[in-house]
Amino acid sequence: MPFYVSPEQAMKDKADYARKGIARGRSGVVIQYDGGILFVAPNPSSALHKISEIYDRIAFAAVGRYNEFENLRKAGVRYADYTGYQYDRSDVTARGLANWYAQILGQFFTESNKPFEVELVVAEVGESPVSDQIYRITFDGSVAEEHGFVAMGGQADQVAAVLKDHYADGLPLVRALGAAIAGLAGQGNGDGAELGAGQLEVGILARDRAHRTFRRLTGARLELLLAEAAAGESAASGTPPAPAAGGAEPQPGEAASPDDGVTP
Amino acid sequence: MGSGFFAGKFIAACMDAGTSSFADLVAECAPELLPGAGAPAAALLGGAPGSPGAPGAAGEGAVPQLRHGTTIVAARFADGVIMAGDRRSTAGNMIAQRDIEKVFRSDDFSAVGIAGVAGIGLELVRLFQLELEHYEKLEGRTLSLEGKANRLSAFVRGNMAAAMQGLVVVPLFAGWDEDAARGRIFSYDVAGGRYEERPYSAIGSGSLFAKGSLKKLYTEGLSDRDMVLACMQALYDAADDDSATGGPDLARQIYPVVAMITADGFRRLSDAEAGEYARAVVEERTREPSGPVAPLAGPPGQGG
Repeated sequence: MPFYVSPEQAMKDKADYARKGIARGRSGVVIQYDGGILFVAPNPSSALHKISEIYDRIAFAAVGRYNEFENLRKAGVRYADYTGYQYDRSDVTARGLANWYAQILGQFFTESNKPFEVELVVAEVGESPVSDQIYRITFDGSVAEEHGFVAMGGQADQVAAVLKDHYADGLPLVRALGAAIAGLAGQGNGDGAELGAGQLEVGILARDRAHRTFRRLTGARLELLLAEAAAGESAASGTPPAPAAGGAEPQPGEAASPDDGVTP
Repeated sequence: MGSGFFAGKFIAACMDAGTSSFADLVAECAPELLPGAGAPAAALLGGAPGSPGAPGAAGEGAVPQLRHGTTIVAARFADGVIMAGDRRSTAGNMIAQRDIEKVFRSDDFSAVGIAGVAGIGLELVRLFQLELEHYEKLEGRTLSLEGKANRLSAFVRGNMAAAMQGLVVVPLFAGWDEDAARGRIFSYDVAGGRYEERPYSAIGSGSLFAKGSLKKLYTEGLSDRDMVLACMQALYDAADDDSATGGPDLARQIYPVVAMITADGFRRLSDAEAGEYARAVVEERTREPSGPVAPLAGPPGQGG
């Protein structure tokens, strides 16, 4: 850095930089349902994931720069497995992981020239919906505990507004998925391409599974759920489901390759 | 971000470790947590009966107060592989535990059984389970069966220093190979050598008796039920001749742990199922104490 820059200015510049990087990507949604916690993110790639398992009852979702959050994901898995080995599996908690991430992101934000351009959500499914935990960690290391649903990423406010109308405690999976899709469809200019199974990454933490509760929903099962969700949504809103808009032009930020630093 | 950036070795290791191996992560951050770490220096073991001043190679006499276990058998059958182990652990002449489990699910398609010093063996299993799970979570795929067998080999080798001082742990590994579409068995020696075994194998103090028994009972193409029975018979024979191997305890309903691995994955027989086989064996032995008699092969025209 050539001359003197005031610390406020430096921090503000870093924060703006990070926010811009995150806003370029598309939003993701984390939402509670009666059987656990659902994660939905637009993602045309089937190999590069935004939503991942960390531990038995803990999962991770991120938006922003892929290589950065992928590194954080791996670090989280290492933290969880190591803590579980050192103590016991039941001693690994989302709260501990969220605090650990906050420490890393905060330290990095302050001391590095370029901050992480990521926003993370760490969630843990409990024995009952009351004991589910969802934490959002932002690029500067701030942690917030969330309830019900979280919209992450660029158009988070728009998505959250739609989610608020659709969400209720104790929704069945199909309704929660419908709410998430409705929220995600509310991004950009409002009538983007229909989000089919091939453009979505969906995962759940299923409360009643033994041992490892995280499951990806893909293929035929996802298509069936999406169809049910769409039918449910149109029944609820009284309008027929929109036909698949395959000809919509690509949205900004919908780069297919993660290499230019934007979310896939 | 360079590796020197993060304060704290642990965070740096988590963020920059270039490996998907959990054991390597632990070795970097906290090597004292690895099984076999902290084995006493050779000098401290001097004066043990029968081996004054020298670390014993066989080991059992040098550290009698540690718990040892005993007999594990594994056998391939048409649809996969079975692994079964007894429930006894001994410390010297005492039975330290009647219901210890020595056969474990290492992941959805493989199992590991341990013989030797129970304390280290159980930690080795725990680390191995984590190693496989850790790799799967980081890489998004499961290791090949050979890859898993190889990792276990590295762990055994890592325990070699402790083994040379008498803290021997030897595993038996079996699993379903997706690519080859068959069950496979691997045995190990203390140097970490890995040997594929066909069609059956056994480890532990009772392994010689178990193998002798399986030699007469085993045939290719036995059904899963018959193979479980054969393994039960082998364990019974091992318990019959080895004090460190326990037979089925019908009174307390403690039966050998029996695991079956097929294309459908790992399945441990419930106590009720294992009990059914154990009782069948014990009843038969009440009539025929030495077990099924193998027909002699005589000159053509005689015997059979």
